[in-house]
Amino acid sequence: MNDSLGLYACCRIAQRDLKLAMRRKSDAATPLLFFVIVATLFPLGIGTEADTLRTIAPGVLWVAALLATMLSLPKLFEDDYADGTLEQLALSSAPLSAFVVGKIAAHWLLTGLPVAVLAPLLALQFHLPSSSLLVLSATLMIGTPVLGLIGAIGASLTLGIRGGGILLALLVLPLYVPVLIFGTGAVDAAAAGLGATANLSLLGAMLVIGFFFAPWAITAALRIALE
Amino acid sequence: MLEVINLGCLRGERLLFQDINFRLEPGESLVVTGENGSGKTSLLRMLVGLTPLFSGSIQWKSRPIDQMVGEYRRELLYCGHPLALKDGLTAVENLHSIAALAGETVSLTAVHDALDQCGLNACAPMPVRALSQGQKRRVHLAKLLLLKRSLWVLDEPLTALDVNASRHIVQAIDQHLRSGGIAVLTTHHGLPLAFTPQTIRVGA
Repeated sequence: MNDSLGLYACCRIAQRDLKLAMRRKSDAATPLLFFVIVATLFPLGIGTEADTLRTIAPGVLWVAALLATMLSLPKLFEDDYADGTLEQLALSSAPLSAFVVGKIAAHWLLTGLPVAVLAPLLALQFHLPSSSLLVLSATLMIGTPVLGLIGAIGASLTLGIRGGGILLALLVLPLYVPVLIFGTGAVDAAAAGLGATANLSLLGAMLVIGFFFAPWAITAALRIALE
Repeated sequence: MLEVINLGCLRGERLLFQDINFRLEPGESLVVTGENGSGKTSLLRMLVGLTPLFSGSIQWKSRPIDQMVGEYRRELLYCGHPLALKDGLTAVENLHSIAALAGETVSLTAVHDALDQCGLNACAPMPVRALSQGQKRRVHLAKLLLLKRSLWVLDEPLTALDVNASRHIVQAIDQHLRSGGIAVLTTHHGLPLAFTPQTIRVGA
């Protein structure tokens, strides 16, 4: 079979990861529950002052989404590495980067997408105007795959290291800063009636750049981990 | 045809082996022996292209393997120590996904046949988590029968297998060699192959 681009490989690994996640639903649900709980704690702790809540809403929701994505990242390659699947993937005739993209896509479908869908609901607790709800969801839709791509670089670099989870957070969180700034910026701009197009375009640009360069870096790191 | 010329391996500060030479024509096999930690697994990982070469070269059909990665990998089957099985999936699903990820589409019948030949028909619908160590090993080795590859690189294929299963594996290797395949393996057990394999000893 000719699969030089690895599209088939990409779909197969995503399909397998989703199937595995469905067999262990509690693992898949943990980041989402975490997101819901963290986002709910803030209004409870801060009080019912609508203006304050409205101001902090984009930041709180974005940081919660960012941490929820982080939570499942160490697992991204760890299981495949430990049980030897990763070395078999590296020896497959399909490009390793295709498998990497497939795994990140599955990770996004399991965390990023549901977070983006849940966020507008949780935003209601913050008295966010309904016009910004859609923008919030859109920023997360575009932003969470970027988080996944950047996070996967960290996950591949810390693969097989003891206590890699903390190191991963230290490595990756600073790199999340631009995504966070433009993500929350878009929601703020929409709330102020300025239009969110500029921020959304920048997020989109980050996604495109990440999509082209991250798999290359991840593949290199994985090959080193497998040596 | 697989040819290894002056291969050397450095792990950390230690030179595990050097000047390893051998040449395998279709139908020939090689058994690598050596003590624990002598570099048998490292040699196999170099052969499949996971560990970079310290010195020497490895050639497949007279070309260095790093110049024909895709082509070489399509002919290669590596069974390492980790079993590469997913606990949550059944034996059938595991084999199906292994084949798909290796780039081959196999029918469900072919998967069941392979499991049958390994004596695992009763275990086919069970999650791999519920299988014994030896049974897992059998599922792992069932891919030898499932994927059609010409170069087998097997690291301790008989570990955890009972007498019957070991005989099946030896028969499978014999069959593979008869049909013009090449096999490289490490083992601590005697391996009663029909064709006398070449042997090589690594380490001091």
